[in-house]
Amino acid sequence: MNAKTASPSDFSIELRDVNYHINDIPGRSIVSNFSLTISRGETLVLLGRSGSGKTTLLKLINRLLVPSLGQVLVQGRATTDYDPIRLRRSIGYVIQEAGLFPHFTVAENVSLVPTLEKWDTSRIAVRVEEMLRLVGLAPAEFATRRPRELSGGQRQRVGVARALASDPPILLMDEPFGALDPVTRTELQREFSALARRLNKTIVFVTHDVREAILLASRIALLEAGRLVALAPPQEFLRLDHPEVHAFTASLAVSNGVSP
Amino acid sequence: MSPWNFFLDHRSEILSATLDHLTLVLIAMAFAIAIAVPLGMLIVQHRHLRALALGAASIFQTIPSLALFGFLIPIPFIGGIGRRTAIVALVLYALLPILRNTYVGLTGIDPAILEAAEAMGMTSTQILLRVRLPLALSVILAGIRTATVITIGVATIAAAIGAGGLGTFIFRGVAMVNDSVILAGAIPAALLAIFADLLLGLLERRLKVA
Repeated sequence: MNAKTASPSDFSIELRDVNYHINDIPGRSIVSNFSLTISRGETLVLLGRSGSGKTTLLKLINRLLVPSLGQVLVQGRATTDYDPIRLRRSIGYVIQEAGLFPHFTVAENVSLVPTLEKWDTSRIAVRVEEMLRLVGLAPAEFATRRPRELSGGQRQRVGVARALASDPPILLMDEPFGALDPVTRTELQREFSALARRLNKTIVFVTHDVREAILLASRIALLEAGRLVALAPPQEFLRLDHPEVHAFTASLAVSNGVSP
Repeated sequence: MSPWNFFLDHRSEILSATLDHLTLVLIAMAFAIAIAVPLGMLIVQHRHLRALALGAASIFQTIPSLALFGFLIPIPFIGGIGRRTAIVALVLYALLPILRNTYVGLTGIDPAILEAAEAMGMTSTQILLRVRLPLALSVILAGIRTATVITIGVATIAAAIGAGGLGTFIFRGVAMVNDSVILAGAIPAALLAIFADLLLGLLERRLKVA
C-alpha cells in the first residue's frame, strides 16, 4: 500500500493487521485487518463517517484500547510492551470539547503532564508561558482563568497547549475542532496547519470533515466500517476512484457550490 | 407555665443539653465521614464491593431509629447504655447519604474529562485524587449535609438509651404531657438542623466547580 521504502526506524507508528472487537467478540468488529505505517513528522488524517472506527484506532495507539488481534507499534515497540502510563505521557492527546479539567486554571491544565513528570516549578512556569504563546493566548490574560471563563475556541487552544506541554513526539487529535462554530473552526484549522508544519511532530488527526482533511493532511486514510479503503496524499485522494471517496468528495462539491 | 417562661427558667440546662446534643452529632458525623468517604472511593474501583456496601448502608437506614438504638444495647463493646451506643447508631444512620453521594459524585463526572485524564497518563489513583475527588466535593458535601440534618433529628432519640442531649426534654415532656418541656428540646434541635443546613449549603455552593 505504501510504495515508499523506509527503514523501520522512520516509522513513528505502525499498525499491523489490527483487529478490534467489542468485548473480544469476533462478530462485532470495530476495526478489521487494519495495516498502516505512519512516518515521523507526518500528519496522517483518519477520515471516515461516524462509527467507521477512527476514534477506536486513535485509542489503540495510546493504549486506551488494546488490539484484539495484531499489533500496534509506537517507535518500533508494541504498545503492549510499554508501561501504559509512560506510553501515554509520551503521546499528546486532544479531544473534542478539549476535556479540560474544570477545577484547574488554564496554567494548571497546560502543566498537567510536566507536573506528573515532576519537572521543577520554574521550568514548568516557563513552559506554560511558551505553550500559551504558541497557541495564541496571552499568558498574562489567560493563565489564571478557569475553562468555564473561556470561549470554545480558546478552550481548544488550551487543549492543544496541554497536549504539547511535555514535548511529546506524537500528537493524537480526535475531532479537536468539531464542536466549534464555522468561523472559529476555520481560524483554528489554518493556525493549526501552520503550527503542525513548524512542530515537526507525528500527528494522527481524526475527522469526518473532508475539507479539514485536505487542509491538514500529508496523507489521508479513509475508513469505512473499520477497514482502510483508501490512502493517499490530499490531491491524489481527490482523484481516487472508490465509492466512499466519491461520497466524501461529493460533499465537498456540494458545500463549494461547484463540481470538482 | 408558658413555653417562653420554661425556656427562661431552664436556659442553662437547655444550653448544656444543646451542647451535649451538638457534641453527639459532631462525633457521629466525624466517624461517619471517616468511614463513608474512603469507602465510597473504594467502591468506585472495586465493583464487587459496591452492591455490598451500598446495600448494607441502605439496610441500616431502613431500621427505625428507636429500634436501632434498642438492638445495639445488648451488643458487647459497642452496645450498652449511654453515649457510646448512641454514637454507633448515629454513625450507622449517617453512612448511607454520605456513601451514596460520594459514589455518585465520583462516578458522575463528564466522561470526556476522565478520558483526557487517562490519555494524559494519569494513574487511576491520580485520577481519583486529583480529578474525581475535587470535582465530586460539592456532591459529597451535599451528602454530608443531608446526613447531618438527619443525625441532629435522630440524636434526640438517643436520650431514650441515656445518651443525653435535647431528647431528654422531649422524652420528659412526653412523659409529663407538657408541651413546654417538649418544645424546650424540639425547638433548639430544629434550630440546630436549620443552622447546619444553611452553613453546609453555603460551603457546598463555594466548592462547586462548573
